[in-house]
Amino acid sequence: MPRMTMIEAIRDAHVVAMERDENVVVFGEDVGYFGGVFRCTQGLQEKFGKDRCFDSPINEAGIVGTAIGMAAYGLRPCVEIQFADYVYPAYDQIVSEAARIRHRSAGDFTCPLTVRMPTGGGIFGGQTHSQSPEALFTHVSGLKVVMPSNPHDAKGLLIASIEDENPVIFLEPKRLYNGPFDGHHDKPIIPWSKHPLGEVPAGHYTVPLGKAVVRREGSAVTVLAYGTMVYVAEAAAEESGVDAEVIDLRTLHPLDLETIVASVKKTGRCVIVHEATLTSGFGAELAALVQEHCFYHLEAPIRRVAGWDTPYPHAQEWTYFPGPARLAAALTDVMEG
Amino acid sequence: MAETAPLRLNVPEPEVRPGGKPDFSNVKIPKAGTVDRPPVDVAPADIRDMAYSIIRVLNRKGEAVGPWSGTLTPEEALSGLRDMMRVRAFDRRMLMAQRQGKTSFYMQCLGEEAIACAFRKAMEDGDMNFPTYRQQGLLIAGGYPMVDMMNQIYSNTHDPIKGRQLPVMYSSKSHGFFTISGNLATQFVQAVGWAMASAIRHDTKIAAAWIGDGSTAESDFHAGLVFASTYKAPVVLNIVNNQWAISTFQGIARGGSGTFAARGHGFGIPSLRVDGNDYLAVHAVAKWATERARKNLGPVLVEYVTYRAAAHSTSDDPSAYRPKEETDAWPLGDPVERLKNHLVAVGAWSPERHKQAEAEIDAEVLAAQKQAESYGTLHSGPKASPRDIFEDVYDTMPPNLRRQRQEAGY
Ligand SMILES: Cc1ncc(C[n+]2csc(CCOP(=O)(O)OP(=O)(O)O)c2C)c(N)n1
Repeated sequence: MPRMTMIEAIRDAHVVAMERDENVVVFGEDVGYFGGVFRCTQGLQEKFGKDRCFDSPINEAGIVGTAIGMAAYGLRPCVEIQFADYVYPAYDQIVSEAARIRHRSAGDFTCPLTVRMPTGGGIFGGQTHSQSPEALFTHVSGLKVVMPSNPHDAKGLLIASIEDENPVIFLEPKRLYNGPFDGHHDKPIIPWSKHPLGEVPAGHYTVPLGKAVVRREGSAVTVLAYGTMVYVAEAAAEESGVDAEVIDLRTLHPLDLETIVASVKKTGRCVIVHEATLTSGFGAELAALVQEHCFYHLEAPIRRVAGWDTPYPHAQEWTYFPGPARLAAALTDVMEG
Repeated sequence: MAETAPLRLNVPEPEVRPGGKPDFSNVKIPKAGTVDRPPVDVAPADIRDMAYSIIRVLNRKGEAVGPWSGTLTPEEALSGLRDMMRVRAFDRRMLMAQRQGKTSFYMQCLGEEAIACAFRKAMEDGDMNFPTYRQQGLLIAGGYPMVDMMNQIYSNTHDPIKGRQLPVMYSSKSHGFFTISGNLATQFVQAVGWAMASAIRHDTKIAAAWIGDGSTAESDFHAGLVFASTYKAPVVLNIVNNQWAISTFQGIARGGSGTFAARGHGFGIPSLRVDGNDYLAVHAVAKWATERARKNLGPVLVEYVTYRAAAHSTSDDPSAYRPKEETDAWPLGDPVERLKNHLVAVGAWSPERHKQAEAEIDAEVLAAQKQAESYGTLHSGPKASPRDIFEDVYDTMPPNLRRQRQEAGY
C-alpha cells in the first residue's frame, strides 16, 4: 500500500473525487496554479483544467458564497480557506446560508459543499494561523464537522465529505500535514512514511462521516480526542502509566455517541482533550453527553483538558495548548479521584 | 430561436509563468513629469483620468521633473534615502535571523521601501496608520527604535507585545502605528472609523489605511470605501499594488476594472496612481492626499505601482509561480538606487558616501540586533513569563482565567 503524507492523501482524495464526478470543482486562494500554500491541490488545475480548479480573489465570503451558488446549480464545490483563522468573513455565508438552505427550501435547494481549512497550532503560526474553531461550527445545525488525524482518514473522510449531500466543514490539523508529532514539543516529528497510519489505499474508499475509532485500547479511563490531540493522548497514556482507551472522534458532528458510551461504560472514567479554548469548547458538549448517558457508570468526575481561555500566543504556544504532561496529570487525577 | 453558444468561465492568467520571458508591456508608464498636479480641492470628477496614469517625478537621468517635484529639500531626500537603506538593512538581517532559527517567520518589503518611508514623512505626529505587515518603513522612518522591532520579532523578554503576536505584527500607538492583524483587510475599514472619530471630535488628525492589491478583494476594503465616501472621512486610502498576492497575480483581485485606483470612482473618491519606486513622487502625492484630507475635503485613494521583489514571506517560494528574472525586468527600477542616483546627480551625495552610509547603517542594525538578542530570541536565551499569556485578555482577569493561570503554575 502506498504511504503518503496527509497533504498527499488530501490531494489524492481530490483527484479521486474529481475523476469520479465532473461536478466536483475546487477553488480558493492560491489553490489553482500554485496548488495552495500547503500544496494540497497541487496538480489539479493541470489535470482537470481551469474550469474545475482555479485561483480565487482573496475574499472568503466570496469563495463560500459563490460555492453555495454553484451547489445550488448542481455542482459539488470543495473550497479551501487558506487558514481556519480566515474563515470568519465567510461565517455568515456558512452559518446563515449553507447550513439552512435545505431546511428553509424544504429540500427544494441543497448545498453539497465542502469547506476545507488548515487548523490548529504547534507551528509557531501566531494568533492568526493557529486557531481551532470547531466549536463555532458544531453549534450550527445543518453542518457536518470533520477533523482527521492521519493520512488514511484524511483521504477517506474527504472523499466522504465531497460525496456527502450536506455542507461539511473539513478541518485539517496542519501540525500533522507532514508527519505526526510524538505528543511532545521538543522531539522531532515522525514522518508519515514510517508510521502505520501513513498507509493510504489507492483509488476510491471512504471513511464514513459520524464514525469514531478506538486508537488505543484500555480499561481504566476513556480519553476523547481528535486531530493533534490524539497523539498527545497516546503519549499521555504511556507517560502516566494509566491504562487509557483513546478514542479518535474523526467526525464531531454527527458524533459517534455509541462508541463513546460503550467505552466510558467499560472504563468508568472519561477525560476529554482539545486544543481549542476550554470555555464553551466542544469538550463541554462531550462532557454533557457522557454525563447524560453514562452517569451511573462513572467512578470519577469527567475532566476536560484544553487550551486556555486566551487568544493564541505566538511565543508560548506549548504552554497554551495541552501537552502530554497536562493530560497525564488529569489521567492520574481521575484514577485517584 | 437564435442559437446560443455555450458559456465559458474566464479565469485571468498572468502574462508569463516560470520559464517564460518576463513581460511588463501591459504596464503603461508615462514619462516622469507629464502628469498634472491639480489643486487639492479639485472635484473628483475632474481628475478621473489620474486613476489610469502614473505620477512620476524622477526621470531616467535621475532628475526631478514636472509639477509634482520640489516637495523635499535635498537634505530631506537624503534622510529619506537613509530611511530606505535602514529598512533594507533591517530586512536583510531579520531574514537571516529567521534562517538561523532565531525567529519563526519574517516578511520583507524589498523593492517597496519608498512607499511607507516617504508616506510617513508626509504625516504629522498624532496621525494614525492602519498598516499591513509590509509597512515597516512607517516605523523606521517615524523614528521607532529598531531594537524594539527586533524584540517583537524575537518574542523576547523586551518584546513590547509580550510574545503574543507573530513576528512583524508590530504595534505602537505613540508612533501612529495601529496594532497589526494577520487577518487581511480588517484594518482598512477601521482606519476610516478612526478618521470619522477625529471628525466627530473636531480634531485635526487624519488616518491612513493600508492594503495590498490582493487584499482589495476582501469585503472590508469595499466597506471602507463606502463609509469613507459617505462620511467624507479624513483618511488616505492606500493600495500597495506590488503585482503579486502570494502566488496569485494582481489580475485576480482587479478583475475587469482598469486599475485598483479606479475602484474609487464608483464612490466619488479622488483616485490617483503613483510610481511606488519613486520616493519623491510618493512623497509629493502623500503630501497632496494628506493635505486634502486634513482640509476636510474627504478621502483620497492612492494606488502605488510597485513590485514585490522578494518572496511573499519566509514560507514562500516565488520561483514556483513567476519567472526568476521578473524582478530585474520590473520597469520602475529600484527605489533606493533611483533616489541615490538623483542625489548624486544634484551633487548632494556620492557613490563613496553611499558606500560609507551603507556600512554605517549595517553597523547600526547589527548593534540593535546584538542588543535585542541579549534579551533572548524565540528559541534561546531568557524567556517571557507564561503569565503573560493570561494578562490583557480583559482589563481585569476574570475568575476562569485566574484559575487557569494557577493551574498552569504561574
Ligand atoms: C482574511 C485572510 N485571508 C487570507 C489570508 C492569507 N494571506 C496572507 S497574505 C496573503 C496575500 C496578500 O496579498 P496582497 O494583499 O497583495 O499583499 P502583499 O502580500 O502582496 O503585500 C494571503 C492570501 C489572510 N492573512 N487573511
